[in-house]
Order: sequence, then C-alpha cells, then structure tokens
Amino acid sequence: MKSLAELEAIREKALKQVNIRKQGDGTRIVVGMATCGIAAGARPVLSAFLEEVNKRELKDISVTQTGCIGVCRLEPIVEVYKEGEERVTYVNVKPSMVPKIVSQHIVNGTPVVENTIGYVESRD
Amino acid sequence: MDIYRAHVLVCGGTGCHSGCSANIQEQLESELNANKLEKEIKVVKTGCFGLCEVGPIVIVYPEGTFYSRVKAEDAKEIVEEHLLKGRKVERLIYKEDDEKIGKSLENIGFYKMQKRIALRNCGVINPEVIDEYIAMDGYKALGKVLTEMKPQDVIDTLKESGLRGRGGAGFPTGMKLQFCADVESDEKYVVCNADEGDPGAFMDRSVLEGDPHAVLEAMAIEGYAVGANTGYIYCRAEYPIAVERLGIAIEQAREYGLLGKNIFDSGFDFDIEIRLGAGAFVCGEETALIASIEGERGQPRPRPPFPAKAGVFGKPTNVNNVETFANIPQIILNGSDWFASMGTEKCKGTKVFALGGKINNTGLVEIPMGTTLREILFDIGGGIPNGKKFKAAQTGGPSGGCIPEMHLDTPIDYESLTAIGSMMGSGGLIVMDEDNCMVDVARFFLDFTVDESCGKCPPCRIGTKRMLEILERIVEGKGKTGDIEKLEELGEMIKEGSLCGLGKTAPNPVLSTLKYFRDEYEAHINDKVCPAGHCQAMKVYTIIEDKCIGCSACAKVCPTECISGKIKSPYVIDQEECIKCGACFEKCKFEAIEVK
Repeated sequence: MKSLAELEAIREKALKQVNIRKQGDGTRIVVGMATCGIAAGARPVLSAFLEEVNKRELKDISVTQTGCIGVCRLEPIVEVYKEGEERVTYVNVKPSMVPKIVSQHIVNGTPVVENTIGYVESRD
Repeated sequence: MDIYRAHVLVCGGTGCHSGCSANIQEQLESELNANKLEKEIKVVKTGCFGLCEVGPIVIVYPEGTFYSRVKAEDAKEIVEEHLLKGRKVERLIYKEDDEKIGKSLENIGFYKMQKRIALRNCGVINPEVIDEYIAMDGYKALGKVLTEMKPQDVIDTLKESGLRGRGGAGFPTGMKLQFCADVESDEKYVVCNADEGDPGAFMDRSVLEGDPHAVLEAMAIEGYAVGANTGYIYCRAEYPIAVERLGIAIEQAREYGLLGKNIFDSGFDFDIEIRLGAGAFVCGEETALIASIEGERGQPRPRPPFPAKAGVFGKPTNVNNVETFANIPQIILNGSDWFASMGTEKCKGTKVFALGGKINNTGLVEIPMGTTLREILFDIGGGIPNGKKFKAAQTGGPSGGCIPEMHLDTPIDYESLTAIGSMMGSGGLIVMDEDNCMVDVARFFLDFTVDESCGKCPPCRIGTKRMLEILERIVEGKGKTGDIEKLEELGEMIKEGSLCGLGKTAPNPVLSTLKYFRDEYEAHINDKVCPAGHCQAMKVYTIIEDKCIGCSACAKVCPTECISGKIKSPYVIDQEECIKCGACFEKCKFEAIEVK
C-alpha cells in the first residue's frame, strides 16, 4: 500500500459490495416473484435490472423481490420506490424495457409512463 | 466485482458456530445453487451479532430481516420462500415478547440502546475478506496517521479522547503510550492482550472473530506512536476461530502492504505475530503474559519496572487489551472530541458487556459509559427469565464483586463500580436470581481462582485455598461461628499481600457477597439453612402425611434405603440416613414430598 488514494480505490470498489447491508434510504426496485410472476417471466426481468444497475455502477439501489401483488394478469410487475416519492408500478415488464426504466426513471427521475399501472397512494 | 440483489449474513461467531452455523451456510449455498440464485444472492459469513441467546442468527439484506434459532433444515424454506418469492419466513423471525411483527435489526430493543464502536463491524462484514473491512473505512486511520500525523499527535489524540484500558484496570491509554514512547530504545514492542480468561466474558473473542483487522490496524497505529516495529498478539489457543481469522487477516494485510515494510510509503515498518497461550488465567496479567511470550513460565513479576520500560525481551513494550485496540481507529478517524462526547466525566466512550446467567438476552452489548445496570439488564437484556426476582449481578468475573438491587441505578463506569465494591473488569456480567445462593456463588469464583493461582506468592496460593475450604464447609452445612470473621481477615490480607492482580482481587467475590448478603452466610452457619434453597446439603426432605398414599415408589428409588413404611399408609424419611439426593422428590407423583 503506497498511498491513501490507493486505499480509497479499494474502498470504493468494496463499498459497492457491502452497501446493501446498510439499510439505506436509496431507491428500491421490487420485482413480483410469486408463482404468477415467475411464470410470467419475472426472473429474466430481475436479472436484467441487476445487470443494468451493475453496469451503470449505481449506488444506493437495491433490487429485491416480493410476493404476489394481486394483479396476476399484469405480471411481471415491478415497483420502484424512490425516497420521498410515490411508488411507481410497472406492469407486463420485459427485459428489453429495463434499460429505459433504469436510465429514464431511476437515474433521471422521470417514470416511463406508458409502462405504469398508475400512481398508488404515497407510502408513509 | 458483482453486485448482488441480496446478502444473506450467517453468524460465524463461536456461539452460533457451535450451533452449527457452518452447516446452515452450506445448506443455504446449495439451495441457492439448486434454485439458480447463486449469481443474484450472496451468502456471507460474519462475526458475532451479539444476541447469542437466539442463535444461530441469519440476517437477510436489503430488508434486514432478522432470523433467529435457524437450523440447517430451514435453509430450503428461507431460499424458496424469502429469497425466491419474497415471502419472509415468519416462524423464524425474531420476536420480542409477544409482538408478532418481525422487526429488522436496528429496531430490536436489544440493539436500539446500544452504541457500537468496538463491535461496529461485528456481524456486518465478512472478517475473512479484507476488502469488506476497507469498505467500512478500514485502514484509513492508519493511512491518516502515517501520512498526516506525527507520533506525538497520535498520543495526544488518544489522551484527549479519554480512552482507558478496557481490560479492566482502566489505565488511560494515551498516558501508557506516552510512557513507552518516552523511553529510548533500539527495539520496542506492541502487545495485544487477547488472553481473555474471565469466565463469562467473550467480547475480545468476538472482536477477534468478527473484526480482526481493526485490531491489526490499531496495533500498527500504536507501533507508529511509540516507535515499535513488531507486534505480538497473545491469544489463547482455546479460541480456534479467532486464531484462524487473525492468521487470515495478517496474511491479507501483508498482501496489501498494510503490514510489512514501508507502509503507505512512509518509511514505517510494522509486522505482527501471533503467540498462543495455553489458557492460564494469570497470563492475562501483563507481566505474566510477557513472560509467556518470551517462552518462560507464565508468572507475574513485581512492577516497576513497568512493561513500558522493560517488557518483552526487556525492551519497552506497550500492552493493550483487544477492546481498547478496537476503539482506536475510530478515535483517529472521528477525532477525540467525538469519543469524549460519549460516556461520563471520567470515563469516555463505550464498554462492551457480556451478559450471561439468569437473563433473557444472553449475548454481547456495547453501551455508552454511564448507562445504568438496570437499563442494561432490563431494557437491553430483557430481564430475568421465568418471572423470577433479580438478586445480584456479578461484574468483573472472579476478580469483581456482586451488585445487589439497591445499586442497580448506579451509572456504570470504572470509579462507580469500584465505589460499590465491585469492578469493571473485562466486562463479564453474570446475572443471578432468587434461586442463586450467594455463598455458593462466592465459592464458585474462589474455586476458579484457587485453580488459576500461579503459585508464586503464598498469600494467593495458600490464602485462597484456605478461604475456599471455609466456604466449602459453610455450603456443606458445617460452618462454624467465627468463619465469617476469618474470611474477612484472610480476604483483606490476601488483597494486601499478593503480587499481582489475580491475588489482589481474588477475595472480592467473597468480600462483596459478605457486604451485601451477610445474612445468607449467617443463615448457613447459624441455622444451617440455605435461604435460596440451593445448597444441597442444607435441604431437608420430608413426606407430607396427608398427601402420601403409601405407594412405596420413593422407598424403591432411595439409594440409602432410608425411607420406610407400610404399603397404603404414609412413609417416613430417616433424616439421619438421608443424603439429600432428591431422588424421592422427583419420583413422587403425588407431591407428597416437601423440600425445605
């Protein structure tokens, strides 16, 4: 180890790995992964989100899963929770839609309206 | 380096490890593979989370779901339900009292009041991966010290922080460093005292297992401060997991050039070796520990000269405890004011306590100095199990004393505990309820010190033995008038006359129980009664005539055949012959046998 900068570089890299363990206030991408979701193809969607987040080296983002939301006919369903904002529910999500959702919504803050089911009540 | 959508943290501390957490980890990994989730979810082995009572513990992030008492068989359900479908496994979620809601880690009462500095990375990072430590600002303090600070600045920062030795005596760490730094010598050493011998205390083990790099980093910082290039970690061989992880950590630190030559290009060299101890309690005493490092018999020697002048191989040596070291990188990074803002006037920062005995939440807690014992035991510890009444808490293990209920509201620090006849010690906290006999507790601790006395000086070697004999006599119902006075006299003399801390503190459990529970001693000696109903020899078993149906079951199990009578009429116990084994009591189905 020659310098603090060298240490900082390792830290930056390692931090991405462990950040998930800080229960942060970052953005959560939740994929419906009940039987209905999986059958409709939620797994490749989830992988696509992971890949995209990984590729863009986004921080404070967690990709997680949930059970059946109840509108099984619209699966795969993905919900995006941003701090202090209403959650956005995307329906009939395909892996091909993921890059757009990530770039337009997660990064730039504008939901991809044409894929949403509509705005639900704001979470406390 | 890939990003995972979830991390499953499995506790690999000794407590959970003995609950087979390694199997759980294996099962989780194979279930993840079976479900093709291995690229999305990572299983991480961590150090101790502290709540050992409900181990083995598994935590799932990002949700922070806290699973307790997990078995290897549960892995399938956790993977298929929680990780695949996102449905938490309710039955495994840790519940406080009757609350049904599964809480995440930070909201559990056990953790809420804690302030984790020494334990900050325990249960958070994988102790076998140096990158995870670096991610938590690891080795940044060492970098700061080597590139921006002079050795004297480091010592001044630690002095200003008010950090005091966490091994028990509470000597100011900064001053200790100053003594060692002020001595001119061609060679100096830094020693980490990881010979945790206090029965019931396991915070040092937990730090070594959960965050070994913190200790290595702090040792290098101290090495720079005093001008030492070699460090020794004296760890007991009874801590195999700690020794293994320390070894891995040292290797990794060397690979990264954080130990070795010219660290951070500063010209400073530092390396660390592990020395294994055989587990003698006396080797926690610094001069005995130094003797043991040198390969000599682990016996203390008179001080002065203090190790700061003449320690390992006669060279100036700075000895600190594991928990003390674990605080140092944080103090360097956050500043002395930050550390000094916590705690009481004379004692800054936090202290880790190992809760054990009759308490609901057995485990490790780290609280700011000045927290009261009542808060530790009842708010964090969850109170006494089975609705029993609190009787006393023993702090400082065999060197400390008991604290009765009247002193529960004392804010804890080094001075306040000494004032009420106990001591901080390394932080063992053993809780006793109404069923514990205080005379027997004193006997238990003295039995330990008699075993562990190194035998060098007579007051300790012979004196503690005589005290133990008196105590054994008392609990066997053969106590004599004058025994209490003899115990007090012997106790004071052993404290006065012993060379090292072991002997100086050995009588404490007896003297403090005598101070607060003298009536129990008197009852044992004068009335031959154990008020707690604990001492076997004092028990009297009698058959209640009205309840006995004369079934003869008790007579059949009695090993001394001292129960006699006629079938279908009440039986009688011959008190002269009875050896109080309790076999009849357990056998009787009609509750016709009474114990007093």
